[in-house]
Order: sequence, then structure tokens, then C-alpha cells
Amino acid sequence: MIQQERMIVVRQSEIAHHIFELTLQGQIVQEMNPGQFVHIRVSDSFEPLLRRPISIANINKEAGEVTVIYRAEGRGTSILATKQVGDEVDVLGPIGNGFPVDAIPEKGTALLVGGGIGVPPLYELSKQLNARGIRTIHVFGFATENVTFYEDQFSTLGDTHFVTVDGTKGTKGFVTDLLEELKPEFDVFYSCGPLPMLRALENFYPDKPGYLSFEERMGCGIGACFACICKTTEQQEKDYVKVCSDGPVFPKGVVQL
Amino acid sequence: MSKLSIQLPGLDLKNPIMPASGCFGFGREYAQLYDLSKLGAIMIKATTVEKRLGNPTPRVAETPAGMLNAIGLQNPGLDKVMSEELPWLERFDVPIIANVAGTLTEDYVEVARRISTAPNVKALELNISCPNVKHGGITFGTDPVIARELVEAVKAVSKVPVYVKLSPNVTNIVEIAQAVEIGGADGITMINTLVGMRLDERTGKPVIANGTGGLSGPAVKPVAIRMVYEVYKAVEIPIIGMGGVTNTQDVIDFMSAGASAVAVGTANFVDHFVCSNIIDELPAKLKELGVTHIKEIIGRSHR
Repeated sequence: MIQQERMIVVRQSEIAHHIFELTLQGQIVQEMNPGQFVHIRVSDSFEPLLRRPISIANINKEAGEVTVIYRAEGRGTSILATKQVGDEVDVLGPIGNGFPVDAIPEKGTALLVGGGIGVPPLYELSKQLNARGIRTIHVFGFATENVTFYEDQFSTLGDTHFVTVDGTKGTKGFVTDLLEELKPEFDVFYSCGPLPMLRALENFYPDKPGYLSFEERMGCGIGACFACICKTTEQQEKDYVKVCSDGPVFPKGVVQL
Repeated sequence: MSKLSIQLPGLDLKNPIMPASGCFGFGREYAQLYDLSKLGAIMIKATTVEKRLGNPTPRVAETPAGMLNAIGLQNPGLDKVMSEELPWLERFDVPIIANVAGTLTEDYVEVARRISTAPNVKALELNISCPNVKHGGITFGTDPVIARELVEAVKAVSKVPVYVKLSPNVTNIVEIAQAVEIGGADGITMINTLVGMRLDERTGKPVIANGTGGLSGPAVKPVAIRMVYEVYKAVEIPIIGMGGVTNTQDVIDFMSAGASAVAVGTANFVDHFVCSNIIDELPAKLKELGVTHIKEIIGRSHR
């Protein structure tokens, strides 16, 4: 159930260039699942006006803590980056349908492909897959070395490979270049990142089941405003889906890419 | 709560607070958050004869203390609104104001004729001002003669009172208000969004795929207050005011300027419980102002 809560900042740090890791404490953590997001109001005033949808990177139900990782580049996220330990933040969540952790056979292998700021939700997913005994392979693409993060965290969970557009870390190129080279064996792929990456991945693995997490400009975050609409491929039963309330994760093939 | 009740043509409001059309869908999403029976009324999303898919994305862009939107009147069409959305809303004890949109007079007449027969639809809101759809409502709302003729045509078929939602994108809003009053409108709702544009810093191109979008949020409130103030002096029919309402004081301001009830729009996207919270806070606000019934503040700016 979606709830509104004033959560408390327990940690915040810059973990890469303009990339911040923020940990918040509150009751709504108990309801959270990997792939869902929280809708954060960065100021109690109406300037900036809208909430910021930010994906959930790490859930710690015992401590009642959730960690989000975001890039501080716009007006809203820059304000969020100034929050100090002990500050209150107005959070609406958890929102949306996350990654299906049980969509993979026991003892199977999952391929997790992330691009840039699309990598964070794959961390909680990987943790939960590993907890089920699933082997995970991580393939992440970034623009350049100084915006990469969580290499150690992912490495403890499974094979982790980085690719950068400028070749400053790992292979040079895009995730599909690296996948071409690695030829990983797996049962299901999970992905979050920019649209061109999702499109390339869907074409790259036409015969594998996969789940894609989408990003779109949002208004309300609960499905009422019709800002974050994507067209469906079938155009029959349903001609559109809302990224916020129907997604943000969809099985591959549902959304027109 | 009788100190908050307001009677308007077709509408017996428990309180003067209602979500504005387009900011609340058909209620389903907000019903997960609180009991919709608490609301004075609900202005449902604009309904057209045929279903509409709306505009390409991006459809929204944030601006200082506001936002632009160009959703494009996306809605499931009259048949589905009649068979699914309105019956679903019957579980709540709340009057529905059905927002009616179209591109031709015949479209408005068809939607009005049928939607006004739904048992929970207590009034219509004619969307003559939506600035987003090409060849759409814009011409109706900016020409007094066309606006009056449209109201006459809809009044001839509607089973419930007809409110007209005015566009602020005109030189003289009083002239349009007087024209729809002559046309037989039972009330006025105002204001719709102001046409605006935001450019991408890197490309210099509009952020919104549609190019222009409707500006809403706190940024537009002074414009809305001024327009309600002017129209109140010029017409006899009641006004439902809106434009940048985010809190209880904003409601008092709109009613002071002349609104008999107030709609909350964009604020629902930010503070999802805003309507419910304002309703809770109003009694204390009235006490602070020293009035026994909220009706007493309507138009007090003019006295």
C-alpha cells in the first residue's frame, strides 16, 4: 500500500561524481520490494513543485532503512543532496510493481544489465536473487570511470563486469559490446537503464525471458495524471501503460521501444 | 460539518473542496489513499465521445512554482466512462461534476446528453478552454459568441446544471463570462491553465513534445484570483474557483474574491492528501477569521 511518511535521513554521501547514496529510516520500508521506487518531495515548499521518483537500491527491513542512489544534476536532486543526517524528508511510497524475484527457476542464473543511474535497483534485486540461491551475473555500462559505483558490493554477489563509453573503466563501448564478448549463459535477464539500452537488449536476446524497468517524466506518481504513458506493442486489449503505477518494471515485449 | 456546507445549482456540497478535472483521474488512484466521500465533489477527467490516446511524451515539465502539461485529453471515451468509471464512483457519497470536452459542438452535445443521465453526475463542467488539443476547445473559449452558442446547445440537452470552465488565455475574461451567463450557464469554473512553454537548456527546443503546455501550480494563483475577482463583480451565477490552490489560506483567498467553492488541481500531485487536509483544517481557519459559516466569506473582498 502506498503511504506518505516523513522519513529520517540516517546517512548521505557522494559515492561518485554527482552520484549520492542516501539512506532513510521509516515504517514504509517494511512494504518495499526490489524494483519499486519512492516519490520524494525535496522541499516542504512548492518550489521546486513536483516530487522526484527515485528507485530503491537497498532495503534493510530489520533496521527500517532504505537506501536510494541518485544523480544530483537538476534543481530537485541538488536540494536532496544537501539533506543532513537527522533531517526529515517527505516520502510517498513504495510505488509501482518491481522485479519478479521468483520468475527464475531454482538454482538458475540471472543476468542483470544496468546503465548509469539505472544500476541501483539491480542491487536489491541481486541481493534477493542470491538469497534464493540464484546465481547472478552483473553487466553495467557507464559514461565514464568517475560515475561508476558499487563495484565491491556487486562483486560479493556475483561476476561483475563494467563497460564505459570512453573506455576509462572496463571494456570500451556499450553493454551489448561486452555481452557479445562474454556470451553469458543465463535463464532470465533483468534490466534498468536508458531506452536505447533496453531496446538493444530486447533485440539481443529475442529468445530469453526478460524484465525491463522504465523511466519517464512523472507527475503524480500514482497513475492519476497520465504524464508517464508508454504505448504497448499489442495495441489491442490495452493500448498504453503507465510507467508509475503499471510499471516501472514490465516483462519484455510489453512496451513499444 | 454543516458550517462548511455549500448549495450550488445541482450540487449539495458537504464542504467547498473538490479535486479539479485532470488532476484526479476518475478517483481510483486517490481512493487507495483516503475515503473520497469526504470530498465536497469530484471533477472527473475530461470525457470525449471517442477514446483519446493523448499527446506524445514528454507531457509534463516543471517550471518555477508550477508545471506545464500537455496530456491531450487522454480518456477512455464516453461509453467506458458511462459503463465503468461512473458506476465505480457510486460507492462514494460524493457528487460528480463531469468535465465535457470535444472538438465540434456536436461532440459536446453528445457527451452532455448522455453523461448527464448518470445517477451520480450532478453537474457538467464544459471544457471550452483546454489549450492542448489542436483544433480543439481553444476557439470555443476565446470567442464570446461561439462560447454562448455552445452553452445554449449543451443546455438544451443536459439533465443537470451546466458550469462553464473559462480559459484565462483571453484579453477580456469578463466578456466571456457574461456571454456564457447569457447562454444559460448555471455557473462558472475558473481558471483553466495558462498556455506556456519551457525550453531545454541544451537544445533550445521546447521540453514538452507538444511544444506548448498549460501552466498550473502556485505560480498561476495571482492571475486566477484577479480573474475570479473581476468575474464575480460582472455575473450573477456562482463561481467555482481554482488555480494554484495548495492550502487552506488559498481557499479563503478564492472565496474572498468571490468563489462559492474551490477546486484543487496540481497540488494533488505533490501533496496527495491535500484536499483531505484542507477539509480538516477549514473549521479552525473559520474560527480564526471569526465567521460561523464559510458562506460568510464569499465575496468579502468586495464588501
